[in-house]
Amino acid sequence: MSSSQEELLQELGKKARVIRSDIIRMVAEAGSGHPGGSLSAVEIVTTLYFHVMRIRPEEPDWPDRDRFVLSKGHAAPLLYAVLAERGYFPVEELLTLRKLGSRLQGHPAFGKLPGVEASTGSLGQGLSISLGIALAGKIDRRDYRVYALLGDGENEEGQVWEAAMAAAHYGVDNLTAVLDYNGLQIDGPVAEVLSPLPLPEKWRSFGWEVREVDGHSFEELLAAFEWAKGVHGRPSMIIAKTVKGKGVSFMENAVDWHGKAPDREQAAKALAELEAVTS
Amino acid sequence: MNIATRDAYGRALVELGKEYPNLVVLDADLAKSTKTADFARFFPDRFFDMGIAEQNMMGTAAGLALAGKIPCASTFAVFATGRAFDQIRNTIAYPGLNVKIIATHAGITVGEDGASHQSIEDIALMRALPNMTVIVPADAVETGKAVAAAVAHEGPVYIRLGRPAVPVLFDENYRFRLGRAEILRRGPDAVIFATGIMVSEALKAAEALSGRGVDVTVVNVHTIKPLDVETVSGLAMKTGAVVTAEEHSIIGGLGSAVAEVLAERCPVPLVRVGIRDRFGESGKPGDLLEAFGLTASHIVEAVDRVRQRRVCGK
Repeated sequence: MSSSQEELLQELGKKARVIRSDIIRMVAEAGSGHPGGSLSAVEIVTTLYFHVMRIRPEEPDWPDRDRFVLSKGHAAPLLYAVLAERGYFPVEELLTLRKLGSRLQGHPAFGKLPGVEASTGSLGQGLSISLGIALAGKIDRRDYRVYALLGDGENEEGQVWEAAMAAAHYGVDNLTAVLDYNGLQIDGPVAEVLSPLPLPEKWRSFGWEVREVDGHSFEELLAAFEWAKGVHGRPSMIIAKTVKGKGVSFMENAVDWHGKAPDREQAAKALAELEAVTS
Repeated sequence: MNIATRDAYGRALVELGKEYPNLVVLDADLAKSTKTADFARFFPDRFFDMGIAEQNMMGTAAGLALAGKIPCASTFAVFATGRAFDQIRNTIAYPGLNVKIIATHAGITVGEDGASHQSIEDIALMRALPNMTVIVPADAVETGKAVAAAVAHEGPVYIRLGRPAVPVLFDENYRFRLGRAEILRRGPDAVIFATGIMVSEALKAAEALSGRGVDVTVVNVHTIKPLDVETVSGLAMKTGAVVTAEEHSIIGGLGSAVAEVLAERCPVPLVRVGIRDRFGESGKPGDLLEAFGLTASHIVEAVDRVRQRRVCGK
């Protein structure tokens, strides 16, 4: 590994820890929200915004920017934390999450907060939106790329497969989806609630190029995003194996933390754990 | 002369495609029926057949709008507004995206296909959504101008078109003004607010009424939302007797919209001509209109009934 690569990995690791702490603070302050599925995708979204994507935070409407659509809109705390840490808006504003009058709605709302590319939250819809943006890029011969983050339970929505079919049909190789495969949804393990498995086979059979990675390994994520840029004539899917609640011991792999806020004590414990990793 | 509003839509799209390089069209395997196939022939690179997948079509249209395109998404009204309601609500109306949902085969005049294909609640669904503009053209000429106005307008628009050929009421000099109810005929004895194909029936009703000395005002309410509240309440107060006429359920459509205005601003007697809380059925369009009480003679009866209840006005 080159020294610059090592520096990059360290830098991304540092950002990820800050973003995890932001998520805990935000959800605790709001008194509601979705920590589990926010924490599982921290490395994925951090890698995109701090290395992979071509963006200008100071010019959020730049026509040639790469786009990120959070199809699993309930991970809004993660998106907001990343956008703030990347400079789209002041970090202090994160603590307004879910409060009346805030630009940080419970689920991402287009047109309120700089950097939010689409309104999501009703699951299964972000891939279709991403497909539309990708098609527009093809029509206009712009070389931007579109990234969509889906949940694993979200694969139970029929619209996801309508979009999967259409994206392959139109050969949008400027579209890369990432699947946050943390294995849990509200009612329990995805395999038990209504199994969408096997995922790689399903996506391949729908005409996508598929790669499986450890969703907490920056090295694997960086390589996968590089691989995706090289896929031609088809959309690409990165299935990222993750741990729900990653980074906070008592939230890891615990269904209960899908959509529950930590109380003051729990938040302090979570932040202490994250702090301990940092030092 | 009779022309279907969907035919006028197909022609308008081709013209608008020349004028607007960022206009794109999506369809859900009904391009020949909705007439978007004409646009596809002229502009194949800007036409996307999304297959029998209306939800994805609406989401894709939202994405195209986010990237600066003006998407027109078309299918039958029942599928556009019913099948893909949540997609329209959350990805188009909520963010206020510049998507034009232009649906054909609305109402019971779909005919033989029956209730599964006859939208009787699409106006109600679209009208309830914040940010959404709802337009129901009365004839082919108005359709062409309404589609052009919708494309020029920034924001989500729903346009409701029909399947069968219907009488042409306007000439090319007709000026379409989004959000304005147009008075087509004036008379002091009652006012008929009509929309879509019921406008021509309302005009026939007015003619029949005038034969026995009852002179009514006829208004073409092509824009159901935002409703021209001033015109509606002004004419209601002036005449003191109101009839609404629509090829749609009396729940949630034009009749409801007018009733809301009357109740809050100027309570006057109202009779709603429309589909009375029931599903459609198979049949020839003309027979269905008769069976469901949607003809000029039904409007005449409604005017007679409402005038008996008149308490104010002239």
